[in-house]
Amino acid sequence: MSGETVGTRGLVFNEPLIFEQGSPGRVGYSLPTSDVREVKPDRLIPKKLLRDDIPGFPEVSEVDVVRHFTRMSQWNYGIDLGFYPLGSCTMKYNPRLNEDMARLPGFARAHPYQPEAVSQGALQLLWELEQYLAEICGMDRVSLQPSAGAHGELTGIMLIRAYHMSRGNPRKKILIPDSAHGTNPASSAVCGYQIVPVKSGPRGVVEPQAVAEVMDDEVAGIMVTNPNTLGIFEDHILEIAKIVHGKGGQVYCDGANLNAFVGIARPGDMGIDVIQLNVHKTFSTPHGGGGPGAGPVAMKRHLAPFMPVPTVEKKGKAFTLNYKLPKSIGKVRSFFGSFGVLVRAYTYIRTLGPTGLRRAAEVAVINANYILSRLKGTYHLPYDRFCMHECVFDDGFQVPDNVKTLDIAKRLMDYGFHPPTIYFPLIVHGALMIEPTETESKETLDQFIAAMKAIAKEAKEGGDVVRAAPHNPRVSRMDETRAARQPNLRWRPPGA
Amino acid sequence: MRYIPNTDADCRQMLDAIGVRSVEALFADIPAAVRLKRPLRIPPALSEADLTRHIRGLAAKNADADRYSTFLGAGCYNHFSPAIIGHLISRGEFLTAYTPYQPEISQGTLQVMYEYQSLICQLTGMEVSNASMYEGASATAEAILMAHRVTGRNEVVVMRSVHPEYRQVTRTYAQQIDLTFLEVGFTPAGTADLRAAKAALSEKSACLVVQNPNFFGAVEDLAELAGAAHAVGALLVVAVPEPVSLGLLRPPGECGADIVAGEGQALGVPMSFGGPYLGVFATQEKYMRQMPGRLVGATLDREGRTGYVLTLATREQHIRREKATSNICTSEALIALIATIYMETLGKNGLREVALQNLRKAAFAKERLARVRGCRLRFSGPTFNEFVVQVKRKPADLLKGLLRKQIIGGLDLGQFYPELKDCLLVCVTEQHSREEVEALARAMGGGR
Repeated sequence: MSGETVGTRGLVFNEPLIFEQGSPGRVGYSLPTSDVREVKPDRLIPKKLLRDDIPGFPEVSEVDVVRHFTRMSQWNYGIDLGFYPLGSCTMKYNPRLNEDMARLPGFARAHPYQPEAVSQGALQLLWELEQYLAEICGMDRVSLQPSAGAHGELTGIMLIRAYHMSRGNPRKKILIPDSAHGTNPASSAVCGYQIVPVKSGPRGVVEPQAVAEVMDDEVAGIMVTNPNTLGIFEDHILEIAKIVHGKGGQVYCDGANLNAFVGIARPGDMGIDVIQLNVHKTFSTPHGGGGPGAGPVAMKRHLAPFMPVPTVEKKGKAFTLNYKLPKSIGKVRSFFGSFGVLVRAYTYIRTLGPTGLRRAAEVAVINANYILSRLKGTYHLPYDRFCMHECVFDDGFQVPDNVKTLDIAKRLMDYGFHPPTIYFPLIVHGALMIEPTETESKETLDQFIAAMKAIAKEAKEGGDVVRAAPHNPRVSRMDETRAARQPNLRWRPPGA
Repeated sequence: MRYIPNTDADCRQMLDAIGVRSVEALFADIPAAVRLKRPLRIPPALSEADLTRHIRGLAAKNADADRYSTFLGAGCYNHFSPAIIGHLISRGEFLTAYTPYQPEISQGTLQVMYEYQSLICQLTGMEVSNASMYEGASATAEAILMAHRVTGRNEVVVMRSVHPEYRQVTRTYAQQIDLTFLEVGFTPAGTADLRAAKAALSEKSACLVVQNPNFFGAVEDLAELAGAAHAVGALLVVAVPEPVSLGLLRPPGECGADIVAGEGQALGVPMSFGGPYLGVFATQEKYMRQMPGRLVGATLDREGRTGYVLTLATREQHIRREKATSNICTSEALIALIATIYMETLGKNGLREVALQNLRKAAFAKERLARVRGCRLRFSGPTFNEFVVQVKRKPADLLKGLLRKQIIGGLDLGQFYPELKDCLLVCVTEQHSREEVEALARAMGGGR
């Protein structure tokens, strides 16, 4: 590595498992004083239904806990530390105002079953958020209940199935292009559908002819990701929707990539019947190391009778929960959804407004195309055309020097960047999928571009340093085969 | 816009480098017919100060457990949560990280998940736990789908004393693949009707689903139910919406449970009007490869140092696609972090002590309310921190009267059980003082 890079080494700490720390009798808590009679538990519950002890649970002080988690946190990379261009994950900045709003006692300390009369603020927020998301998507109704993107997909497919059932036949198959997210086939399979793959064409998009060939009256619908996982807009979407609708099918859009066109175009205007939104992508709520997210599902009027219950309705000035939807699919989770996550999304939308949301999409697309144009030539571009919010390269220029995508990804860590999504989409061999988002400055992108070029140069000059990467993190490459062959999924006391 | 660093001048330079005149050229693939030719009809942007005022106003319209005395439980519990939790989960390295696909720079999240899995195994007495699911009801639904995969059978026997919303969610999932549901009632003790369960179970049953403590707060004899399920080759699925109870109760893993599906909200997670919560999912080792959800395992790096990775991914959707054990991808890592900090801070003695306080305070309240005129205990069985009170007055009217005194008196059970339309489900935790319980009793009609 030459010159100053963003990534460097600092003092980090070794920190054993909590189970290897502490001592008997050490406490980290303080509970309310007991003001009732101290009855022995076996006077209230039969002894055979009780336990004496929780074997293995730690005994540590508050200081031990704070240091334990602070030290572990330092082994993580997050958006707060630097550039996180994970393709299809939309790792944009997570505003702290959103966090503060979700933690207001009127939200965080509210019980889901408390009377509607004393939940009007929460219900108003949900009702308004539904209106905003419906307008953004060009749809009629939105269910805020699903907990994450894949949960939204599942709900969407359930809606499609319920719609077909109401017409007498649930149908058997779902069409899924080969560039789809892995969750799409899995979500369809949970609903009992067979998957029919559709090959994308030479331009990296689905060709109407390919859809027409497999579309028949046993196909319940198609799941299209738009923009697709190559970062390319499916420009035949109107024709595809016409073909699918022509045989009575429904068009589902995986909305994970909506950040590319908020305010520029709307899924509902493209013949799409139902779409899920990943608010932890497009609407800036934090990923938290893998959740919680929220996956609202927006739909056209004809699917609304099948929505999960309850829905939030406005009656005069009051907001109320409606459980009376006789054709509803039921519920996909308890209560009303990931409310705290939805508060964050609401805060974000109100912060940006219509102008800010559109600007976010524009800058996200400019940033992605800037990376695409500056790295073209250094890295192989399988589909040489402009992209939307993300661009996909591969390791074609580096493989002759025996440097692969995985090596490039690991070496980026040494330079201070999180790697892009790798080996996805599956239709590009050795893919590097880069999504910068709008919350990165040109300077950051320039530093990243310089690092990518430096790695390409290192590859040409023998590549040992790249193949042995990463060098700066606290640990090096992990033996994943060992993890899978000899599963060790929990701590056990020594000798157990 | 404070979240978008690039100015018009920056964008101009970048567009020049790209070689286009304007950003419009980059959107050329979107057909003109579907371009939005007007601004979105949503309210204009608000400054940080104005928006804060607006949202504070919305929050102030809701009752919260600080200003109201609330006796609601039913799957969401008002427990004390130590101050350090809010501080530790706010660290950007935890909050703003993605799923740990790159283990070298995700060891923090991964070790937390490994500790979480270990703690859940210790708490439930099960052999393996996944790294979290969405919440209790969908975790229970996933447990039923797993039992169907393991046994190849299509009937599910569910106790009516399982949370009504858990049953509803489970049905929604199971309907998709045409599983049959048989529901079994409860005894005058408020516990599962073992004889009826035995009658409903057969060689067609994939599993028996029971909740402990059940929806009425009653403590079940899981070992008996496990025996009944295993006698016909069905699995026992135990739903645990109130895991604080496991500070005292014999863990399901010791009673023959095959799958534990639970709700982790009680472990330090804010009530937050119903979510985000934490789906707990644990099973026995022999079913490990049939499990849904992510798993973290220990391994070594190239230098032989211990570290952690996501493992057994061949069960998961991004590898197996339609043949995966579940479609779940994003789960609830940050909420699992809350539960991990909570369990480690309270530890061996703390969790037992909280559970004891819940048991004792609820026992006090039970005794006190039973003495109120027009009130009686509906069931006779042992309970943990919830119990059912039968009232003479219409529950809705009674609750309305209590609300005027800033008391949320419990859940009207009529909405879920027509035969319990004169009953309230009351929850008492360590957060309630003796005086609050006295105030509830007085407001409900006094008594001695």
